Amino acid sequence: MNRFPLWKYILIAVVLVVSVLYTLPNFYGEVPAVQVSPTRSAIKADATLMQQVEDELKAQKIPYTGAFLDANSVKVRFASNDAQLKAKDALQARFGDGYSVALNLLSASPAWLTAIGAKPMYLGLDLRGGVYFLMQVDMPAALDKAADRYNNDLRIQLREQKIRYNGISRVGQTVEMKFSDAASRAQASKYISANFADLALTEQDGGGDYKLIAALRPEAQKRTQDFAVQQNITTLRNRVNELGVAEPIIQQQGLDRVVVQLPGVQDTAKAKEILGRTATLEIRLVDEEHDVTAALQGQIPFGDDLYIERSGQPLLVKKNVVLTGDYITDASPGFDQQSGQAAVHVNLDSRGARIFKDVTRDNVGKRMAILLIEKGKAEVITAPVIREEIGGGRVQITGMESAQEASDDALLLRAGALAAPMNIVEERTVGPSLGADNIKKGFHSNLWGFAAVALFMMIYYRVFGVFSTVALAVNGLFLVALLSMMQATLTLPGLAGIALTLGMAIDANVLINERIREELRNGNSPQAAIHAGYDRAWGTILDSNITTLIAGVALFWLGSGPVRGFAVVLCLGILTSMFSAVTVSRAMVNLSYGRKVRLAKVSI
Amino acid sequence: MEFFKLKKDIPFMRYGKVTTAISLLTFVFAVWALATEGLNLGVDFTGGTVMEVAYTQPAQLDKIRATLEHTGLPEVSVQTFGTTRDVLIRLPLKGNTTSSKTSDTVMAALKAQDPAVELKRVDFVGPQVGKELYDNGALALVVVAIGILIYLALRFEWRFALAAIIANVHDVVIILGCFAFFQWEFTLTVLAGVLAVLGYSVNESVVVFDRIRENLRKMRKTSIPDIIDSAITTTMSRTIITHAMTQMMVLSMLFLGGEALHNFALALTIGIMFGIYSSVLVASPILLMLGVKREHFIKDNKPKEGVASDGAQV
Repeated sequence: MNRFPLWKYILIAVVLVVSVLYTLPNFYGEVPAVQVSPTRSAIKADATLMQQVEDELKAQKIPYTGAFLDANSVKVRFASNDAQLKAKDALQARFGDGYSVALNLLSASPAWLTAIGAKPMYLGLDLRGGVYFLMQVDMPAALDKAADRYNNDLRIQLREQKIRYNGISRVGQTVEMKFSDAASRAQASKYISANFADLALTEQDGGGDYKLIAALRPEAQKRTQDFAVQQNITTLRNRVNELGVAEPIIQQQGLDRVVVQLPGVQDTAKAKEILGRTATLEIRLVDEEHDVTAALQGQIPFGDDLYIERSGQPLLVKKNVVLTGDYITDASPGFDQQSGQAAVHVNLDSRGARIFKDVTRDNVGKRMAILLIEKGKAEVITAPVIREEIGGGRVQITGMESAQEASDDALLLRAGALAAPMNIVEERTVGPSLGADNIKKGFHSNLWGFAAVALFMMIYYRVFGVFSTVALAVNGLFLVALLSMMQATLTLPGLAGIALTLGMAIDANVLINERIREELRNGNSPQAAIHAGYDRAWGTILDSNITTLIAGVALFWLGSGPVRGFAVVLCLGILTSMFSAVTVSRAMVNLSYGRKVRLAKVSI
Repeated sequence: MEFFKLKKDIPFMRYGKVTTAISLLTFVFAVWALATEGLNLGVDFTGGTVMEVAYTQPAQLDKIRATLEHTGLPEVSVQTFGTTRDVLIRLPLKGNTTSSKTSDTVMAALKAQDPAVELKRVDFVGPQVGKELYDNGALALVVVAIGILIYLALRFEWRFALAAIIANVHDVVIILGCFAFFQWEFTLTVLAGVLAVLGYSVNESVVVFDRIRENLRKMRKTSIPDIIDSAITTTMSRTIITHAMTQMMVLSMLFLGGEALHNFALALTIGIMFGIYSSVLVASPILLMLGVKREHFIKDNKPKEGVASDGAQV
């Protein structure tokens, strides 16, 4: 009665072999590597890129131990950290533009393991070190910005349609237009509802004014917000590429939040600075008709802003924005060919180029101000005089204090503007030494805990204790294999979860062993006792595991970050333990005792 | 080897009044600690910043405090952490003073004082996120309790489910009470531990209840309290050994897992200790009080096939 059909043994053997294979990569450790990946989705990492990378390394005489291509990058392994750093510098210089060159650690497991998709467990930031940011998109600001854009568009359109209006301005998140008679208001209203489907119009009379108030419809608001989050994610991705981080994670969480995970990043201050910047460029005309000195005393003309230029000169700038950073396709640092000053070369898209051409043509001899807006604060970088019409969309901005600043500004402009400001609402930084320390401690607590349990089980239940111990070890193997296969994030609480599930998994074997003892005490034959023990304990094992599974699932659902890692391990551990404690240990028992027809005694 | 060779059943139910009194006392004590002291909630729930920095030499806390006072940050708490070289700095959330920039400010000030200082960890949680984590944590507790309640009600009977959940919520309150009384820091990880305990120690009740159900069918002439006594006595060996095994793992975590897992292991330890006690000596008397009867499982004096087959046994 205690015999398994052959297929069960084969099944167990296959599962064991697969588990060993997928667990193996975890034992090989890691080697330093450099990863080169294109920053634009249009460019693909291909064999040509790999060849170029290898050629460059050979030309620089940097020894490497292997190069290979994966989904979106070329990865090169090195024997030492020294070679890795040298290679990074060399590759950065060669591929600096359009490619992100990042330091990385790769599994040292042999190629055939990688080929079957066996990878080491994916370690969470608390184990490998790095930064986790949770950023919240400032939605009111995104809506303000949208209202600003409509304010501008409506002004232009009303003028073009020759609809007479007395004033137009943004009030909160609405645009308020004033007319002197009902007829022109009706005309405007008709035109706007026909051409701006996203705007809801309300009329308001009072104080001799005929007002028309345009507000974004709720569905358009939602679209604006979704778009803001999406654009911010794209922008963050570009910025992270500039930082050179291997395997960054940037994803939306909930309605208005973005998670950014940067494994291995040490300089959190720098990371925060780059991520948190909301710089954008605005080009506006300088108002030269009004008096600056009067403005300095508080009489700022309507429709103007007062700024102090870097040279210290006060400047009146028109509120009307000619061009924003949205039109910028590329920006790179350089030098002005005539003066030798640090400069940023900006490329505009075709629409931006056209606007810029028109504006420069109409305003030759006047000054235009170039403003950098960062976190709501605007600064006039430079305010040059327009000498001639500038076509072709290539603009050179000077006025930077140093080459470093020019390069910083270029990076910011290139990385694009955030559609709305973002604030960091949660940050978790773990240094690499602490991460390594956590792995060591987590591993030790598993090891010693297991040793203690194994020792006790073997003394207390003798041969059945040995079976239970082997089953427990196999459970650990399954769990690690499953975690490696799924590439689920392993965190420090996850490591604790492995220890805890091992401690709880032994419960199933204790239940079985106790039951067998009881059956023996009741005078059953050993074979019958073994059979009954396994059979009857199963229901209880199922019941008791399901309650823990309920807790695990709730934790996964409601938990975040490291706690989620714990929940994953808890749930997986319960599932693997049911298989190992019942089927695997039974197989061992059946193999040793099942064939003996007259079994007089079992060691339990 | 065998520890528990009991010839006779231990009359647990006769001590029902005593054990209930003990439970009530500890429970009231835990509630009192929670009410007066309150939980020492970690930065996960309150919001704020916690930083762990390491020095190459034993850290001079006074100097660090003085340096940080100059930064103008309010109510900075500085203490050693594990060793004398590791320092834990806490900055509460106050108006706009705490933002993600705070840690940079602190680090810059510390670097200026001693360039050898190394940043090991920063946790910054904004007020909104802290509140959400708190709400989600509380929700998780409720969801797990209700989930288990429903499962046991389906698998057994509502009286069993209610008795088990009361026993285990009693464990959770006692863990929380201990954390409040000793003012140990209560973090997200600790909460995860508490939830794991909730799922885990229900096992105990399940095992005992399984046996009670089995005995109800088998021992037709025996009184209910005797049936419960017998069920507890026969499963006791397994209960204690299983818990001892889990506890060994947890102890290994407590001693070797480092500071990060310390409180987590502590919560589990208390949970496991009280789990043994409560599932046996709290759940069963409550079951008795709720008036469990043989008829709840045996109808028409004939065991139902469906119910009998799922009657798991130990």
